Amino acid sequence: MFNLEVSDPANLLFSKEESLRILDQLITIRKFEEKSIELYKSGLMGGSLHGYIGQEGVAVGVCSQLNKDDYLTVTYRSRGQAIAKGASMEKLFAEMMGKVDGYCKGKGGPMHITDLEIGFLGANGIVGAGIPIATGAAFTAKKKGTSQVSVTFFGDGATNQGVFHEALNLASIWKLPVVFVCENNLYSEMSPIADMVPNEHLAERALAYHIPAVIVDGNDVEAVSKVTQEAVERARNNGGPTFIEAKTYRQQGHMFGDAETYRTKEEVNEWKKKDPILLFTNKLIELGLVTDEIVEQLSHEIELKVEKAYQFALNSEQPNYDEIFTDVF
Amino acid sequence: MTRQITYAEAINEALDEILREDESVFLLGEDIGHYGGVFKVTKGLYDKFGGERVIDTPISESGFIGLGIGAAMTGLKPIIEIMWVDFTLVAIDQILNQAAKFSYMSGGQTKVPLVIRTQGGGGRGNGAQHSQSLEGLFAQFPGIKVVCPSTPYDVKGLLKSSVAENGPVIFIEHKMLYNTKGEVPEEDYSIPLGKADIKRKGSDVTIVSLSRMVQFSLDAAKELEKEGIDAEIIDLRSLAPLDTETVIESVKKTNRLVVVHEAHTTFGWGAEIVSQVQQDAFDYLDGPIIRVGAEDVPIPYNLELEKEVLPQVKDIVKAVKEALYIEVK
Repeated sequence: MFNLEVSDPANLLFSKEESLRILDQLITIRKFEEKSIELYKSGLMGGSLHGYIGQEGVAVGVCSQLNKDDYLTVTYRSRGQAIAKGASMEKLFAEMMGKVDGYCKGKGGPMHITDLEIGFLGANGIVGAGIPIATGAAFTAKKKGTSQVSVTFFGDGATNQGVFHEALNLASIWKLPVVFVCENNLYSEMSPIADMVPNEHLAERALAYHIPAVIVDGNDVEAVSKVTQEAVERARNNGGPTFIEAKTYRQQGHMFGDAETYRTKEEVNEWKKKDPILLFTNKLIELGLVTDEIVEQLSHEIELKVEKAYQFALNSEQPNYDEIFTDVF
Repeated sequence: MTRQITYAEAINEALDEILREDESVFLLGEDIGHYGGVFKVTKGLYDKFGGERVIDTPISESGFIGLGIGAAMTGLKPIIEIMWVDFTLVAIDQILNQAAKFSYMSGGQTKVPLVIRTQGGGGRGNGAQHSQSLEGLFAQFPGIKVVCPSTPYDVKGLLKSSVAENGPVIFIEHKMLYNTKGEVPEEDYSIPLGKADIKRKGSDVTIVSLSRMVQFSLDAAKELEKEGIDAEIIDLRSLAPLDTETVIESVKKTNRLVVVHEAHTTFGWGAEIVSQVQQDAFDYLDGPIIRVGAEDVPIPYNLELEKEVLPQVKDIVKAVKEALYIEVK
């Protein structure tokens, strides 16, 4: 029923310049996520840390096809997509630390990152809840006749939520310009998704709603970008929604500190060989676009940027107590 | 110029005027279009404004409330009809975890100007899942306004103000009020949210209520008048915002208080009024504050049993006498 979409190993999808920008974004998200672990361990943030390491190819691939004013809703595993959409690392770190310069003045936290200036309508702490909301943003785009597209990222587990099905049905009957991006990282929180659905591919579920669906190697950033391009084109040309199932892998636990008793180290290591950054870097090296030294240099520069953003957040003030009572209504 | 119209007609007029005045407004709900709604509140609006603005939805409350939230945060103004307030419980995540919290969680970036119109209460044998009074539940959640009008005049003026809000409002009509008539001016007007209305001036006892219980309280006041008891009737009109000031002022004058609601007595919102009054007007009270509410059982289907479970005029009369230490025969 489905063919796994992958990129052409002999050719680049993007120009050299674009490819380097893609690589930059992938590494930026990885470095940000690694720094986030340090942040969490240092006790400077509350709650839980839901890492994105291993899934960067999906966020970068999808967002490579979006405009600044296209809408996005995401899950609590959200900083990767935010960075790919153009969010500021300074404000992300500051929000994670609960500081006043954070995206939500320290009142939302990592699960509720919002940046309306880049169409980032909000991360969400409730599994699946952002799906109908993105569908509503698509409704606005269609009603106003703009060519904006609305994209919603969610995990495999979310496809068992009622609102997932309700939103797909609404998007289909009203032909809304929305792209449903299911990041299938194989685990529904701490349980294998295979135990939780009868379907081999979650994309099958979209077919029940007459929504065109594809499956793609989520660790292949170019393949993700290509299928997104088709989906976005369909949406902008009044062709309605598309469902993308990106097969990927969460290299870390559901949240930092997760005992990960539900999988083996061998499995994790196997997937690390298919790491999206490793795959794309190797391709660029093989095709002669970059060298190890260039990648190393780039990584170093990114580390400095991430460190600078982190320092900004560290130096940001705590919100004033007056903030407790603002923005309620 | 004023004329007598029904509560349902007053809502219909308000919707008609709002749709005419504001292009960004649209109606969304089950069977509200061609059919005109199960209580015929949206009758004729589909013919007048078309299916683009008066939109029938699938039976999918979470989905289309979520869609409404997404539309509201991106520049539209949805007015959603939920056929029965009981059905809001199906979509409670979208209403309370999403709509009510977005402004705060996003540090004030996201606004959700969404009105959810619905109807509640008992009185016509609709049974346990179609007769509830849930206003107190919503009022417990910061971030959403809760409006419960009692007259044709109020319902029109309050709906106008609710739609003008820049945040979510749950607007709970009462099924037994739809056919009641009252004076409504032909001229444009609105009633600010959070201002209680003294429906009858009196000096011996204050009766606080809203929605259908206002008329019951007025009927009780007539009976009490025959026995020389002069009751002041306060219609709160909304629970959030709550106009405690008007209640306190009245109690300072009458020194007696009875709170009447159709919601279940235990943990009902009446307890909140009692608490605030005893705290702010303790020295003015000359007797115990009495609560009148539904019995703590699901609403029974049998009309006689239902009547016994829900507050009636005689229950209010009895409660007032208790508050005045008059022996009840």
